[in-house]
Amino acid sequence: MDKIAQLLKLLENTDTIELNEFRMDFEELELHLMPAVQQVVGQAQQAAIVKEIMPAEEFKPPIHDYPGEVAEVQLGAGSRKQVFLGGQKALYRFEEPQPNPPVVTFDVFDIPMPGLPRPIREHFEDVMEHPGDWAKKAVKDFGANMVTIHLIGTGPKVMDKTPKEAAADIEEVLQAVDVPLVIGASGDPQKDPVVLEAAAAAAEDERCLLASANLDLDYRKVAKAAVDYNHAVLSWAITDINMQKTLNKYLMKEGLTQNDIVMDPTTCALGYGIEFSIDVMTRTRLAALKGDTDLQMPMSSGTTNAWGSREAWMKKEEWGPTDYRGPIWEIVTGLTLMLCGVDIFMMLHPQSVKMLREIGETFTKEYMTTEVPDISNWVSQLE
Amino acid sequence: MAVTAMDVYKLLPKTNCAKCGEASCMAFATKLKDKEIGLEICTQLAANEFDKLADILAPAVREISIGKGAKAMIAGGDEVLYRYELTYYNQTPLVIDISDDMDEAAFDERVKKIEEIQFERTGELLTLDAIALRNKSGDASRFKEAAEKLKNANLALVLCSFDADAMKAALEAVGDERPLIYGATENNIEEMATLALEYDCPVALFVPNDLEKMKELSRTLRAKGITDIVLDPGTYVNAGIGDTLDDFIMIRRLAVEERDEDFRFPIMGVPALTWLNTEEDEVNTAIKEATIATTLINKYADIMIIHGTEIWELIPVLTLRQSIFTDPRKPQAVDAGVYEIGEVNEDSPVALTTNFALTYYTVEGDLKSGNANGYLLVLDTEGRAVDVAVAGGQFNGKAVADLIKESGIEDDVKTRKMVIPGLAAPTSGEIEDDTGWEVVVGPRDSSALADFLKEKV
Ligand code: B12
Ligand code: SF4
Repeated sequence: MDKIAQLLKLLENTDTIELNEFRMDFEELELHLMPAVQQVVGQAQQAAIVKEIMPAEEFKPPIHDYPGEVAEVQLGAGSRKQVFLGGQKALYRFEEPQPNPPVVTFDVFDIPMPGLPRPIREHFEDVMEHPGDWAKKAVKDFGANMVTIHLIGTGPKVMDKTPKEAAADIEEVLQAVDVPLVIGASGDPQKDPVVLEAAAAAAEDERCLLASANLDLDYRKVAKAAVDYNHAVLSWAITDINMQKTLNKYLMKEGLTQNDIVMDPTTCALGYGIEFSIDVMTRTRLAALKGDTDLQMPMSSGTTNAWGSREAWMKKEEWGPTDYRGPIWEIVTGLTLMLCGVDIFMMLHPQSVKMLREIGETFTKEYMTTEVPDISNWVSQLE
Repeated sequence: MAVTAMDVYKLLPKTNCAKCGEASCMAFATKLKDKEIGLEICTQLAANEFDKLADILAPAVREISIGKGAKAMIAGGDEVLYRYELTYYNQTPLVIDISDDMDEAAFDERVKKIEEIQFERTGELLTLDAIALRNKSGDASRFKEAAEKLKNANLALVLCSFDADAMKAALEAVGDERPLIYGATENNIEEMATLALEYDCPVALFVPNDLEKMKELSRTLRAKGITDIVLDPGTYVNAGIGDTLDDFIMIRRLAVEERDEDFRFPIMGVPALTWLNTEEDEVNTAIKEATIATTLINKYADIMIIHGTEIWELIPVLTLRQSIFTDPRKPQAVDAGVYEIGEVNEDSPVALTTNFALTYYTVEGDLKSGNANGYLLVLDTEGRAVDVAVAGGQFNGKAVADLIKESGIEDDVKTRKMVIPGLAAPTSGEIEDDTGWEVVVGPRDSSALADFLKEKV
């Protein structure tokens, strides 16, 4: 007991080394201690654990080695400007900045789309009759790096436009702008492959992204159109990493390579399952860097899904104006997925696009090479 | 590195006495590791054994409580870098700033606004957590007075001043409420550390964009016996956001993967800095602040100070926080069965939905705000939305027939007619076949359901 009292007294001392030594002695003694004393010692020992501080080691940035890397996909060729997606060799820029910044592609439709939310419609009201004008405005006024032309009008229940009409719309947009195109169909599994084939032929050698191939339609036809006319393919799986792997494998069997495929792991919007997309996209990118060759393609996000959320469109006094809620919903949805590694975003609202780009562009810079303001007195300087 | 059940088991008594309610020590160890049970449930541990276990079970990021009693909030507690690996713990507390130089009326109004902001989502009331008082006046007594006033607020407190005298004055007023001291810097660390120890309060370390120095100062605080530390590596909102992200991510990696003791603390983000020298108008600044806040929530902010109080700015931040902190191991579901909406009797209409929490609460909310009366049958789709469950096969005729039988709805109502969601239209035939009920396909969005029930059923 005497010894314990002595040791307890020692504990009051803050000297590290003594405490360390004490703990070793203490372990041998523990069995003989009475419960009450145990408790006191227990508390004292906790303090000891806390205070046990190793000698200072140097700060070392936690940089990993990655055996794999993300393939680089070129979009735009022929009369188009070129845009590159992917190419990351690391997860974060402090490890190695990514070679290409994330890209935003503006949604444009082959029909006027009266159903678009008002905050978007008001920016494009004057050009909605002509996809070419619409695309031009997106590029000229809002600085789009790319344009997605959705051939919604080909839907059998929409306007049932023929593949030939679709090809004409593609030609119109190709004439109007010189950025690369994503070509989307209407979502009809029977008709989409035929429409995409005609569109691909109309845009031969311009390296567009055909959207999309999935397991519910004739993905072989889509893949073949891409191979024949020199395009890339969007490989779409529904928040399911195994489905994604399978589809990518099938597409590569059809003659596409890693450099011809972009993945769409599905964007669940903010509040509508975004956490599922976060998990799937994070795992996909980590798998790529770990060396899974079936998942080493850049990723895409249909960020416009955000506008389907009630918080984005529903009129409700106590939530504030939809004019602000809509764009924020799109920003937060896209941004969250950008932080999980997404390389290309399909978006609708000019302001959302601007915000996303601003943050995305930092991904290609080295750590600590940007000039930052002095914030050391923010507590009193903030208004 | 994360502990395994085996690491934990080795330190348990290994007697399998089952007093903890588990069949064996190994079973208890597994639950401990998954944080499904508390260590104190095993009563067979000596104090030192307890401490040792508590130490290895301590989360990678220390949990720090700020405020006391009903006002208390917890920052930190995370174990993993990615939520799919386990789950994230303790929703990032959202703190709104207020300055000590405001006139009384404006001050009170802002406090009231902060306290009252709320947004209901999937049956949960999302609110803010604390108030950060800024010593903008630079005056110690004003800071103290304002702090005194905040005693009456029903939220936890963060005291922001780099002046140790002002901090001391404020702590004299509210030091017994466990406010977060913000903050210690290279210049005032000795004084702030003394105050943190004297008042037993957590302290934030503010070291912009210099992790090397951050590590050094964290060590300094720890050497003084301070255990409750929050790390603020600075929040840059323009091109500098890249550095901020790097800093946040590096701190968290060092904590989780390398168990670097100097970094095993919650990280603070300050999106409020968006308002510092902004050239944009208020709306754009608020949108940008929400952008910065959500960026930082995504990458490890464990507590954040925000300036804007517009509800449309906060809704996305609250929603993202709620989403990210759901537990991926559990479906977000309500109990299946019959729910009564409004006044019901044997002639009331019956509608069908799924037990996915978002779906259920959306439908329930729509019915209530539309003053509808009727029964809502809630199908167990293992927490899946309508079209997800239709696509996945959980929403089918047999399941609905079972629900009708088990819920006893046929005793409650005379009708044998139910409204199903528009998105479940493909299942209407099989539901009719399996239940013998007549099926009416309702609107696609439940916002139209209340009127639909009144007019069509
Ligand atoms: C998040 C999500 C998931 C999450 C699941 C989230 C969950 N807990 O349910 C995950 C990733 C797990 C998932 C999986 C799958 N999904 Co999914 N998923 C979605 C997504 C993005 C959002 C769903 C959601 O949260 N909706 C919100 C809730 C509130 O909507 P809701 O339940 O439908 O309720 C509304 C209405 O139905 C109506 N309503 C509800 N109740 C009632 C009642 C009455 C009486 C009335 C009148 C109206 C009404 O009002 C509500 C509010 O608007 C949708 C796409 C989308 N944007 O809708 C795809 C989507 C539903 N999924 C789809 C698919 C195919 C799948 C999978 C089969 C894919 C796969 N990997 O195999 C699996 C199936 C899993 C299973 N069931 O076993 C498809 C379905 C296509 C179809 N219609 O056939 C969709 C539409 C995506 C797409 N575009 O292809 N999915
Ligand atoms: S109470 Fe403790 S000793 Fe007994 S079985 Fe449970 S864990 Fe093992």
